[in-house]
Parts: sequence; structure tokens; C-alpha cells
Amino acid sequence: MNDSRPPFRMRESRHSTRMPAILEARQLVKHYGDIVAVDGVSFMVEEGTCFGLLGPNGAGKTTAVEIMEGILPATSGEVWYRGEPAGRRFREEAGIQFQRTALQDFLTVRECLTLFRHLYPRGADVDQIIRACALEKLQDRDNRKLSGGQQQRLLLGIALVNDPALLFLDEPTTGLDPQARRNFWDLIAGIKARNKTVILTTHYMEEAYYLCDTIAIMDHGHIIAMGSPAQLLREHFEDVILELPREDFRLERASLPFQVLEGTEHVEISTPNVDITLRYLMDAQVPLKRLRIRPRNLEDLFLELTGKELRA
Amino acid sequence: MSRRLLAVLHARNLEFLRDRATLGWNVLLPVILVIAMALIFGGPERPLFKVGVLHAGESIDKSLHPFLGTQYVEFFTVSDEPDAVKKVARHQMDLLLDLRAAPRYWVNTDSPQGYIVEKLLLESDPSGIRREAVTGQAVRYVDWLLPGILGMNMMFSCLFGVGWVVVRYRKSGFLKRLRATPLSALEFISAQVLSRLILIMLVTVLVFASLRLVLHFHMEGSALLLFVVALLGAISLIAIGLFVAARFTSEELASGILNFITWPMMLLSGVWFSLEGSAEWLRWIAKIFPLTQMLEAARAIMLDGAGLADVAPQLFFLAFTAGLFLSLGATFFRWRAD
Repeated sequence: MNDSRPPFRMRESRHSTRMPAILEARQLVKHYGDIVAVDGVSFMVEEGTCFGLLGPNGAGKTTAVEIMEGILPATSGEVWYRGEPAGRRFREEAGIQFQRTALQDFLTVRECLTLFRHLYPRGADVDQIIRACALEKLQDRDNRKLSGGQQQRLLLGIALVNDPALLFLDEPTTGLDPQARRNFWDLIAGIKARNKTVILTTHYMEEAYYLCDTIAIMDHGHIIAMGSPAQLLREHFEDVILELPREDFRLERASLPFQVLEGTEHVEISTPNVDITLRYLMDAQVPLKRLRIRPRNLEDLFLELTGKELRA
Repeated sequence: MSRRLLAVLHARNLEFLRDRATLGWNVLLPVILVIAMALIFGGPERPLFKVGVLHAGESIDKSLHPFLGTQYVEFFTVSDEPDAVKKVARHQMDLLLDLRAAPRYWVNTDSPQGYIVEKLLLESDPSGIRREAVTGQAVRYVDWLLPGILGMNMMFSCLFGVGWVVVRYRKSGFLKRLRATPLSALEFISAQVLSRLILIMLVTVLVFASLRLVLHFHMEGSALLLFVVALLGAISLIAIGLFVAARFTSEELASGILNFITWPMMLLSGVWFSLEGSAEWLRWIAKIFPLTQMLEAARAIMLDGAGLADVAPQLFFLAFTAGLFLSLGATFFRWRAD
């Protein structure tokens, strides 16, 4: 391991001016016996931004995040918060939402929020949290009787009770239906708008694209790419995708000088030059009525870099 | 007391009080057991008159004294004179006959059974035999059993109510969530101890007071001292529960270990029957259980009117085990499940 390796740093941000780093991971390493779950992960997160950590199952992102949260001790490496090793101040100013958290039985939504609010010296008013997380109608309900989306809103509320400067969200929308997921994104966007820093792990590329200023893609315990979504797409792709229904594509794959991916319903042609590709298709009398052209997205990037498909 | 500790304490109390089934069981179980035992053993206590005999031999030779040939009287050898006299005072023995040197006997002047047996003795031995009068109220089995049942209920409530619950919190990830807050392990553990202590003492005092009204059981000594014994005993038992729960993540394993601890205590600590007369080594093993120490002290206070000095060794033992297991529990405590 090379200790002199500089941490990844966001090279482009949607913010016009550079903000100071609120959190810095320095060469984080975590071993479980012979297994290296996190292998020298370093990066900085600037204040007021949303930082997304993406990766396939087992990539080490949850382990890396739990080390940063102070939940899991690192085998080596350090986490710094506001220019000093993360300690009590970090614990008081960070809000955390885990993937799964069971709360105490028989407690209502309001009682759960009140319990956690009292664990911090400073924080938000419980009524404010209830309003911010749209829990007004649920506040007297037993927390075990909430739906998945409601439960996630409560857990987000608990993560917000100390009015955190830094919010960790570990796969917060996994298992939610699309509507609940969209509602949750709006909540996070509202939190971001208040200049809070968010560190998000997610399986959903759309979620990362919608919320994150910077993303880091992890695989096998390493960060393999980092930057803003637009920057990463520009860096890794010069082509676009032409998508045709399979029944309309009446050519041999080898007859096209481009990469062709045949799916069960569609055929995807990856090309850096749309004009030339269209000319090929028209010469071959391929019907173009149902042709779709789309730019590369984060899922393409992920597959390009890790060779795996993300699953919720 | 810190705000964080109070918040966790309050939340745990709400959880316990709203779990009506568990709460009901905690209150009802000792009441049901004590009343059942009172009904089973509360009828005519003994079909025979019971006479203890102090003498040099192992078995009773009827030729030693003409009274020993009396029908419908159960004679049995005793060796511990002070203990036997205590039994006469408690009406657990109708008469004690000493045939070792100059013959004499002890009889409880408050005991109707003793009065009849004394008449039979003097009938058989008109020559005259020295009389030692003893006084004291009858101690029924239920009087002896009551501290055992309440102690057993405390043991189960303290060990399972804390140990099993903490393991459940860890397995469900609730402890991990608390770890992400400024709450310290000591604050969390203290809240669990206090919550269970307050609830178990309230339940025990309530059951004790209710049964006193119904059963009018024996209470010779100080109620305050008895409360202190119960308090220290509960802390000691909770501490063992916390120690067991310090690291485990499997409820099944924790439950098995808690059963492994509770069953020997239930059988050997004198909940149901006295170990008097059993093997010496067995009695020594029983001494290491906090429940044994708690019940010895409680019975001494309730039945014999023992004072602070009399039960000081038991109080010291309970305080020591409480401190030891709380320290071990706090040292080995783990928030995470993996």
C-alpha cells in the first residue's frame, strides 16, 4: 500500500466555488481475516455537497461508510472531520441512516424521535422534524406498523434530530416503490438545499445522478473512478447508444463496424458517429421508425468499469 | 443523571409497560405460584405429631425412654440443638427431647400440638423430666416458600428481561444505531439496569404487599432491610444478565446460557425446599449463587427477625457479585452484531 498516494479529490463540482473539506478519508483499510473489504480508500468530501458511493454488492462501500461513521474500527487509516480526527464533535454533528434499523418495540413515531433527540446536546425541534419528513399523520403510530417508505422517512427523521452538518444515507431507498423513492429524493434535495453535506450509498444510478454532485465507484475495496457524474461520463464515453427493436434489426452483427449488443427485445449499437451509423442502417434498409438514440448513463459507466450489473 | 441515560431509561420503561402480556406475566406468575402452594400445602399440615430426639446414637432405640414407644408420634434423630429448638419455636417440630445426659425437653407454649404431645410425654414419664419452654409463632410452608417464589420471579425477570432483551437489540441493529449517537456504553448499561430494577422492585413490592393481605405470612424483621436485600439481589442478577448479553448476537444461544444459569439456581438456591441435610459439597455449590444468598438473608429477616449485622455477609456477597458482573459486562460490551 502506498501511503503517499493522494486522496481522490473532486475535480469538478456543480458548485462554482470550492468549499472546504468537511470529511476526509485517509487510506482506509479493513481486513476480515484474509479478506480485504476496504483497501486503501481515500477521498475528501466538500461541505454542502452530496457525495455518492456506488458499487456492486460486496464492493466494500458499506464497510467504508461504517468506518467513516465511527461504527466500525478500521484496520488502518484515518477519518478526519473539519480538519481534525473524527471524535466527539463528529458524533454530535453527524446524522446517520443505516440500511436497516429496528427500533424499540411499542414506541410511537414521536417517541422514537424524542428518544434520539435527547441523545444529542443540540438539535432540531421534534415537531420540525415531523413536518420535514411528512410524518404528521403517523406521529402517534407504533413504529412497527409503518410501511417501508414511512419507516425510511422515520429513520431519516432520526438521522436529522441533531440538525446534522453531515448526513450519511446508506441505501435509503432500497426496497421502496418508485413513488416513495421519488418522495424520498425530494426530501434529500430539500436537505441539500440547506447547505448540508450528504454522503449517500446507493444501488440506483438514477438516484445518484439526481442527488450527487460527486460520485465514487468502488469495486473490490478500491475506488476505481471519482468525479461529477457528467465529468465521469465525458471521460469514459465518446459514444452514444442507438437502440432498435430486435425484429427491426435485420443485419448480421459482424457487418457493422460498431459494438452491437443483442438483448431479448432490443439491439443496442454503440457508436461515436451517429451519421455514419445511420447511413449503414439505411443502406441495409433497416426501418428506423422505432429507433431511439440515448446518451451513455451512469449504469453504462458502472458496467463499463465493473463488468457487473447493479441490483437493488 | 444524564439526559441521555434518562431518555433510554424512559424508552425502555415504556416498552416494558406497554408489553401487557409480559408485564401481566411478571405480576401474575408469583401470585399464582404462591397461592397454589398455599392451597396445596395449606391444609392439615401433618398427620402425626413430630418429635425430634437428641441422643448419642444414629437410630432411635425405643428402650431409651418409654415415651419413644408412643403410637402416632413420629420420632426422628436430630443433631443440631439450636436449629432444632428454632424449629420448635416455629411449630415445625412439636417437641424436642434430649436424652443425652439429664433428660429434658423443649415445647412451644403457643403450640396446641405441643401441648398434646407434652401431655403424652408426661403420661409416659411421671418421674419428672426437665421442661424448657419456647415461644414463637407457627411458620407455615407458605411463609418459608414466599421469599423463594418472589426471588425466583426476580431471577427470571432480571436475567431474561435484561440479557435476552439486550441480545435482541443487538441482533436487530438497534444497538448499532445507538452507537452512532453520543450515548456511551456505560449510559446504556446503566439505563438498562435502572429500568429493570425499578420495574422489578415495583412488581415485587406490589406482589409482596398484596400477598401479605391475603396470606398474613410471617414478617419478623425490618421491611426496609428486606427491601435492601431484594434491591442488592436484583442488581446482582441483572448484572449477570448483562454479562451474558455483553457480546452474544444469537437469542437462542443467549436463551440457552440463561437457562443454564437459572435452572441450577432454581433447584439449588432453596426456592422450593431447603438443602439442609443434603451433601456438604452441594450446599457449597449453592452458596455461590446470588439467589441463595438473597433467599437466606430474606428468610432470616422474615422468619427469624435477623438484623443488618446478621445478614451482612449475604449483603456483601450480593454487592460484590453485582460489582463484578457489571464491570465485566461493561468491559466486554459490544454494540454491533458482527
